[in-house]
Amino acid sequence: MDKFGKLTSVAAPLPLINIDTDMIIPARFLKTIKRTGLGADLFSTLRFNEDGSDRDDFVLNQPAYKNAEILVTGENFGCGSSREHAPWALMDFGIKCVIAPSFADIFYNNSFKNGMLLIKLPPEDMTKLMDDAERGANATVTVDLEAQEITGPDGGVIKFEINAFKKHCLLNGLDDIGLTLQKDDKIDDFEARQKAIQLW
Amino acid sequence: MSEAKTLYDKIWDAHIVDEQVDGTCLVYIDRHLVHEVTSPQAFEGLRNSGRKVRRTDKTLAVADHNVPTTDRSAGIENEESRIQVEALEKNCADFDIELYSMDDIRQGICHVVGPEQGFTLPGTTLVCGDSHTATHGAFGAMAFGIGTSEVEHVLATQTLLLTKCRNMRVTVNGELPLGITAKDMILAVIGKIGTAGGNGAAIEFTGEAFQSLSMEGRMTVCNMTIEGGARVGLFAPDETTFEYLKGRPKSPKAGAWETAVEYWKTLKTDERAVFDEEIIMDAADIKPQVTWGTSPEDVTTIDGHVPNPADETDKNRRHKMERSLEYMGLEADMAMKDIKIDTAFIGSCTNSRLEDMRAAAAVAKGRKIADGVRALVVPGSGLIKELAEQEGLDKIFTEAGFEWREAGCSMCLAMNADKLVPGERSASTSNRNFEGRQGPGGRTHLVSPAMAAAAAIAGHLTDVSDLD
Repeated sequence: MDKFGKLTSVAAPLPLINIDTDMIIPARFLKTIKRTGLGADLFSTLRFNEDGSDRDDFVLNQPAYKNAEILVTGENFGCGSSREHAPWALMDFGIKCVIAPSFADIFYNNSFKNGMLLIKLPPEDMTKLMDDAERGANATVTVDLEAQEITGPDGGVIKFEINAFKKHCLLNGLDDIGLTLQKDDKIDDFEARQKAIQLW
Repeated sequence: MSEAKTLYDKIWDAHIVDEQVDGTCLVYIDRHLVHEVTSPQAFEGLRNSGRKVRRTDKTLAVADHNVPTTDRSAGIENEESRIQVEALEKNCADFDIELYSMDDIRQGICHVVGPEQGFTLPGTTLVCGDSHTATHGAFGAMAFGIGTSEVEHVLATQTLLLTKCRNMRVTVNGELPLGITAKDMILAVIGKIGTAGGNGAAIEFTGEAFQSLSMEGRMTVCNMTIEGGARVGLFAPDETTFEYLKGRPKSPKAGAWETAVEYWKTLKTDERAVFDEEIIMDAADIKPQVTWGTSPEDVTTIDGHVPNPADETDKNRRHKMERSLEYMGLEADMAMKDIKIDTAFIGSCTNSRLEDMRAAAAVAKGRKIADGVRALVVPGSGLIKELAEQEGLDKIFTEAGFEWREAGCSMCLAMNADKLVPGERSASTSNRNFEGRQGPGGRTHLVSPAMAAAAAIAGHLTDVSDLD
């Protein structure tokens, strides 16, 4: 997993609430056995017309935001299906950080497992950031995970909270499985204890 | 005296392998269901790092999302779907995992198959790379959906790194009115708490109305817990649970069975336990439910009307409502019963069990579906299909003009050939009315099995009691 340190980018505003993972990547694109290539179909319905051409009204199609690595969006982002294809698609497209008032639980976990940073902010900070994002190409935002700070285009700083373990894993690009396998003896012990009391 | 605990607390505490200083716990996973869509990349990860599956005896696989629900003798026509199902078969063979293949009568939707086989048991931790894993909470199992990275983590270590959920309880007091189903109950709960209302929570369902439900009904309730944002839904196991599980192929056998039941009986919330959030409702207030929008929280009663965005004061919600109505092709304030449908879908991990088939058949019996309506009945497993046929339900459906299909996820998420075309409208017993969920441009109204059958017959959304 890639390390996440500091990110400076234009932030794309997508002010919709309850964006579900079907909207992020529809089920018909899940028939892959790979993690890569899903960016092509990210936000498929919002992004493309029926004939496959770009929809001009979608933020990530607009010249100012085509290369955005930060997405600023509405509450309960990532609700619905557990598909990890949703963070895979976002990351494959180039999004490395999503900022919203709240996220659905499974999507939240899935994103961190892939090195994508999700930041929850209170409504007043969201309003400010959404305004900044809507200013387009000249309004870059810097996200500093180590310092837990977002610096807006005017130099204003917003602090954010994050679980210490998730932060540690992201900063160091750590693989969860490798970490857990170091606790193999504890898993063995647990299994032995459970076997002794559960006879079924 | 020890601290009073909730049912969720008890299951959580019994599965902690290790606790980190920041509170993150390494939690043991007793059961793992695997399907073809969210597992290939996990097996690839195992191969790339030379890892094995730690406990193949705690892992069960079945293909469900991509399988055709029509004649399967020629295999799967769509190449990508076929490759995904074949990949599951190869992965299960290579890693020595039990698999119910497409022609096995035990094949079906993983959340139907687990309970049916007695793989799902009270007090266990159960996961699957599918958000509707919450279904298994009906048995008093801590069951939740995970992503593919976590699927790989469980395959390799039989554990997960988790932070504990907050405790939430939803109580529905009183006797359920005649004709009100588990589906109506959970839709009414989601309508009340909202689609994010349960975020970060494990919800326990209690009260006379919930406790009176069959296991099928409890599964419907827990299944849609995730549509209220909660990953875990729970019912305390009781005699209804034990009766359902007794004699199932993977249930504890005689001898061990008695010990197991004795333990399962301890799995209930202590009287003095305190919940972080309590929701209390009255069964008498619950009416037949139907959704009008593109989120399961967009729900009203069948005798209700499409809401008017002008009445919504919150700007973001008004915007979402306007967007939903445009997508759904509906006018504000129109009566729900005036909404015509093209398709009825009876199936999915929410409502594809024998009880659901019976409820729909009771409505279909002796009637005919409306002209121009397509109606699909997709049982949740090969075994349910067989039982339904033994009762003659297939004949009732086909004589009424419904199609009687093979088991699978089908039109719930349109990964196989069963889908809506753009602009088509369905009355569906599934769990999500998201934009494009049942096919690009498709419009979904979530209802109970009886209401879906009634809509197929009337040609529009309707209350069962309105049928001639």
